[in-house]
Amino acid sequence: MLRYSIQRLLLMIPTLLLISIVTFVIIELPPGDYLETLVSELQATGERADLQKIEFLRKQYGLDQPVAVRYWVWVTGLLEGDLGYSFEYDRPVSEIIGERLMLTFVVSFAAVVFTWVVAFPIGVYSATHQYSWGDHGLTFLGFLGLATPNFLLALVLMFISFSWFGVSVGGLFSPDMEEAPWGWAKVADLLTHLWIPVVVIGTSGTAGMIRRLRANLLDELRKQYVVTARAKGLSPGRLLVKYPLRIAVNPFVSDIGNLLPQVISGAIIVSIVLSLPTTGPMLLRALRTQDMYLAGSFLMLLALLTVVGVFLSDLALAALDPRIRQGAGGTR
Amino acid sequence: MSVPAVLPAPAADEPLLTPEEERYYLASQWQLIWWRLRRHRLAMGSFWFLLGLYGIIPFVEFLSPYALRTRHPDYVYFPPQRVRFFHEGAFQGPFVYGHTMTVNMDTLKREYREDRSQIYRVRFVTRGEAYAMWGLWPMDLHLVGVDEGGTLFLLGTDRLGRDMLSRIIHGARISLTIGLVGITVSFVLALVFGGLSGYYGGMLDIAIQRLIEVIRSFPELPLWMALSAALPARWDPLLIYFGITIILGVIEWTGLARSVRGKLLALREEDFATAAQLMGASPPYIIRRHLLPSFTSHLIVSGTLSIPHMILGETALSFLGLGLRAPITSWGVLLSEAQNINAVALYPWLMLPVVMVVLTVLAFNFLGDGLRDAADPYA
Repeated sequence: MLRYSIQRLLLMIPTLLLISIVTFVIIELPPGDYLETLVSELQATGERADLQKIEFLRKQYGLDQPVAVRYWVWVTGLLEGDLGYSFEYDRPVSEIIGERLMLTFVVSFAAVVFTWVVAFPIGVYSATHQYSWGDHGLTFLGFLGLATPNFLLALVLMFISFSWFGVSVGGLFSPDMEEAPWGWAKVADLLTHLWIPVVVIGTSGTAGMIRRLRANLLDELRKQYVVTARAKGLSPGRLLVKYPLRIAVNPFVSDIGNLLPQVISGAIIVSIVLSLPTTGPMLLRALRTQDMYLAGSFLMLLALLTVVGVFLSDLALAALDPRIRQGAGGTR
Repeated sequence: MSVPAVLPAPAADEPLLTPEEERYYLASQWQLIWWRLRRHRLAMGSFWFLLGLYGIIPFVEFLSPYALRTRHPDYVYFPPQRVRFFHEGAFQGPFVYGHTMTVNMDTLKREYREDRSQIYRVRFVTRGEAYAMWGLWPMDLHLVGVDEGGTLFLLGTDRLGRDMLSRIIHGARISLTIGLVGITVSFVLALVFGGLSGYYGGMLDIAIQRLIEVIRSFPELPLWMALSAALPARWDPLLIYFGITIILGVIEWTGLARSVRGKLLALREEDFATAAQLMGASPPYIIRRHLLPSFTSHLIVSGTLSIPHMILGETALSFLGLGLRAPITSWGVLLSEAQNINAVALYPWLMLPVVMVVLTVLAFNFLGDGLRDAADPYA
């Protein structure tokens, strides 16, 4: 197990390196840089841009350096925990995104848990009651969640909760809690606001999860050992939990690798609609204004979140399934 | 299929196979897939539905009652109009009433009231606004229209008084094709990279697998956002359209490439592949001629299942203002106008394009599901 963990951990290094390169290329792609955006914005409002100051800033942030140098400065900075400097907010990136990243994590985690909690019983029910009305109905519901664009679902839920329950659901906190220090009251407040984004984000991944669990469980249920166990008089419930389910549950753990990027994507678009204080709106703005270090470090951290999540799910899978632990380097 | 070397001698009077069996054994793989698919009712329904949808693409100008950009300043945020058949108890055939507009001075909302004294007949295949069919010859025929002076807004109008039904029909052209163009891009990428990776193996394989892993571990939406933010704003809308499809394709190819690689890894060990190698066939030839055909059906399944993903991706991008922009009209662009809570509360018909998105995505998923069951007809 230890060997496997170390192997898996080492594999993350080249992956992260590649991710950093891709990230940097992406944020470098748009023509021009933040200072040009700034100049044109100033000109649009009729102000005169101070060219000397611009030039100074350009030197200060190393924007006049070649791409490779800038990449090097950025990456070595990342390793030391320096996420760079945001032009727009005029503050270090780490100061701006700390809490937002934490909230993104909370929302994503809750969404994954939601997906599991919903998909697991439905998947098991659909497999054990194949082709029943319940199976068809629940599967259809899952597909409906998959097919509805997230942002629209968010809007509709927002409207419903406003007009039926009188709760305004923009943001993750009530207005009076926004600035309050962290405490139980604030956590409770967070929980009452959390359900809409979690439901919205969770629904899109649920259908896939249901389908996979159902397919896997069906494959297992058709096998000989199930017939044998049944013939020996094991009760259906015990049989299910003790043998086929344990094998069929693997994708649940391993699929977090596919689920996590999807959840984070979903979180971004939903947080823009609901104006949540998570990473979404800020990332969108940073990409538009080419606030490159802010956008880059954001992307990098989101990718890191995914990579670490996949790593953890691989470890959990190895702990669950001895076949993976012993076969060198698991396959997903 | 292997044939036993010595066939048992058939009795003289009884034929070897019944006609049905003969038909089954002689059928090509594609015929078998089709026969199997036909038994899957939901998939077949989806298939005909999609065929119908794609079928309207060339004829949107004829099918929509109004042109894409015609504004009706007197009918802003007009709710969906009812077609009636009976006027004061007497059957009239399909017709609509005229309307008068008042502004509610409390809410400043426009209110429309039916004016029962005015009757406008709904006409089929009638003359309406002029357009150029396929950009070639002038025409003014529309499938449905209404008598001069009346209006026919079956799904209501938007903030400029443009007919929603016409806009949804026009939007189909972009929204439906974006998935097809995107899937072509990702097919090409998947075949090239998956092919290289699976057939040659070794270092190349490791490098490509790493690359795929990297792309997959990025949350897609930020990646889309970043890439489409890189499209120059002053590009022609058509170029933006192709840019977006390429972005969607570039991100989508990884899953497909993985399955191509997996299949190739297994297939290249088969005897027939070795035989072809020994006879001096080049790798691209072997892949194309011997290996690909054995899993084309699987590729088609994966393709069918990723098209809805792209359609949803386009809606999300357009909603964020990073995707297609007016004057190009897609379902995503239409929905981005319904993105405030006002629209949901006061003008819910602005959200109607979502019905088309959901139906299309569902249909592709069901068809893909059916195809997956049918793809392996020998199983």
